[in-house]
Amino acid sequence: MPDERIPFATHADHTVLGADEIVLNMGPQHPSTHGVLRVKLRLDGEKVIGSECVIGYLHRGVEKIAEHRSYQQFAPYVDRMDYVAAVSNGLGYCEAVEKLLGAEAPPRARVIRTILTELQRIASHLFWLGTHALDIGALTPLFYCLREREEILKIFEKFCGARLTTHAFRIGGLQYEAYDELEKDVERFCTPFDKRVDEYESLLTENRIWVGRTKGIGILTAKEAIDYGASGPVLRASGVKWDIRKAMPYAAYDQYKFEIPTGKNGDTYDRYIVRMEEMRQSRLICLQAIENIPAGPIMGKVGKVLKPPPGEVYHAIEAPKGELGYYIISDGTTQPYRVRIRPPSLINLEAFDKMIRGHLVADVVAIIGTLDIVLGEVDR
Amino acid sequence: MANDPEEKQPSASSPSEPSGAKTPAAGGEPASKPPAPPAAPAAPAAKPPAAPGAPAAKPPAAPVPSRPPAPPKEGPVALENDLVKRYKEKFGPAILEAWTDRKQAILVVARELLAEIALYSRDDEKFDWLSDLTAVDWPKRENRFDVVLNMYSFEKNERLRLKAQASADERVPSVQGIWSTANWMEREVYDMFGVVFEGHPDLKRILLPDEWQGFPLRKDYDILTQDTAWVRENLGIESGQ
Repeated sequence: MPDERIPFATHADHTVLGADEIVLNMGPQHPSTHGVLRVKLRLDGEKVIGSECVIGYLHRGVEKIAEHRSYQQFAPYVDRMDYVAAVSNGLGYCEAVEKLLGAEAPPRARVIRTILTELQRIASHLFWLGTHALDIGALTPLFYCLREREEILKIFEKFCGARLTTHAFRIGGLQYEAYDELEKDVERFCTPFDKRVDEYESLLTENRIWVGRTKGIGILTAKEAIDYGASGPVLRASGVKWDIRKAMPYAAYDQYKFEIPTGKNGDTYDRYIVRMEEMRQSRLICLQAIENIPAGPIMGKVGKVLKPPPGEVYHAIEAPKGELGYYIISDGTTQPYRVRIRPPSLINLEAFDKMIRGHLVADVVAIIGTLDIVLGEVDR
Repeated sequence: MANDPEEKQPSASSPSEPSGAKTPAAGGEPASKPPAPPAAPAAPAAKPPAAPGAPAAKPPAAPVPSRPPAPPKEGPVALENDLVKRYKEKFGPAILEAWTDRKQAILVVARELLAEIALYSRDDEKFDWLSDLTAVDWPKRENRFDVVLNMYSFEKNERLRLKAQASADERVPSVQGIWSTANWMEREVYDMFGVVFEGHPDLKRILLPDEWQGFPLRKDYDILTQDTAWVRENLGIESGQ
């Protein structure tokens, strides 16, 4: 067995490849890679003894684009990174620019932002659950998950007219006032939703095949998770109780009570349990938030032309996939000097090689699924 | 540790009531908002340099006075606290500058000692999580690149940013051995800026094709620039088509 620290490329060299080893290329067009991820696997029989992710097929250079757009013009672009959680991307960007400006969204806007972002977290987790289960061979949950996700997308559509790439927020607050029925719609979705999560769990949690395919697969210890910079559910499933919503509250999270679910073993099963619990917690946040949406303006005073004072800011939020950070440098003009986006998907994916070694080819799709990556965000 | 924001960059959303008493600000944003307005009037008036006041919302400006060495504007403010002292004691002249910007602590360190300082940060100062590593291009400067490390400490619930400057042909010590996560981040910096990391085990492009020529995030790389030869050869079209 080769030394784990030696990069894959060295092994791929034919002179080093063992007589009974082969290199298998998976993707970029493969239904289980959730987009255009290509993985080179070095196999000994069915056992994976090395891997290398090849990414960049969806690279659009959003960081370069940002330098050539005004602050407001760039906002819609961020929706196209993690396109199953566009609302969260927008929240992070708007708050980062607000921080840079020294401005702040009014309380009403922040509460509405919180509600929509939590709904987006549920939608993102639902989509993850459906596709992840599908990859492993459980077809049924997908239909239920997409049914519920549809309800959330309908709320987004009513709120801002778009379902996927919403551009729901603006720098300084919101453009759209909440529609009249928003609270009712959210309540109608949330009230029965915990039963729905129970339903999904009844399909999977104690299902022997599911347990067999996920328990002990892709273990990441807390120390490794920190070393690999993992964040979000991947980090929490390894037992690190850390959530930016609690540690450095933003939007209106400091007003609500919720728990941070954590796992013990850091395997695929724990990540599944953590995300299921997170959906329940998000539901609780939504229910608390709709009870008291403060009245008042929805837009802070930010002016039409944004010229943040020179300087820089790093602002991170807890996106459904992990820490989504924006590092923005202003030179005092209307366009950012530099925008760096810290994509949780990319950095969680980095631990893939660590997680897959020693497992079987069939586990590759389980581990890609459990990392919950979106290639739009990996490649930007 | 989770819930007690501390100086520097405590609450993520405290941007506006920044300088305000840190902890309070973090605690109840919305709650702290109402009280702020009274002071606010002063802020807009002080619009000139008071950056926060500029396009800012009302409350932001208010807190500013509360910081003793009230800076004339939002932006870099020299930082001199225990943390910086400890770093200076340990590394002396290698700590070139220290300041805070939007309440976030930034240290500029000597490039040669970047890895040592990162290791010290991880082990002694407990900034054990590297959240981000990136670079910035300042073409007019002698050392045109800033390599920027954003670290986070679970124990202190704080962030710290390290910066090291490098010219186009200077190598930057890799921190890949300190945080495995830096592997891909350094590859991305190499890919986009052409900064070479000394000691990186597998430094190659990550997002762009291996044969691509040029480093797109450099400021002298125009947004419409492409590697025309690569595009012609691999895509069979003329660039820009």
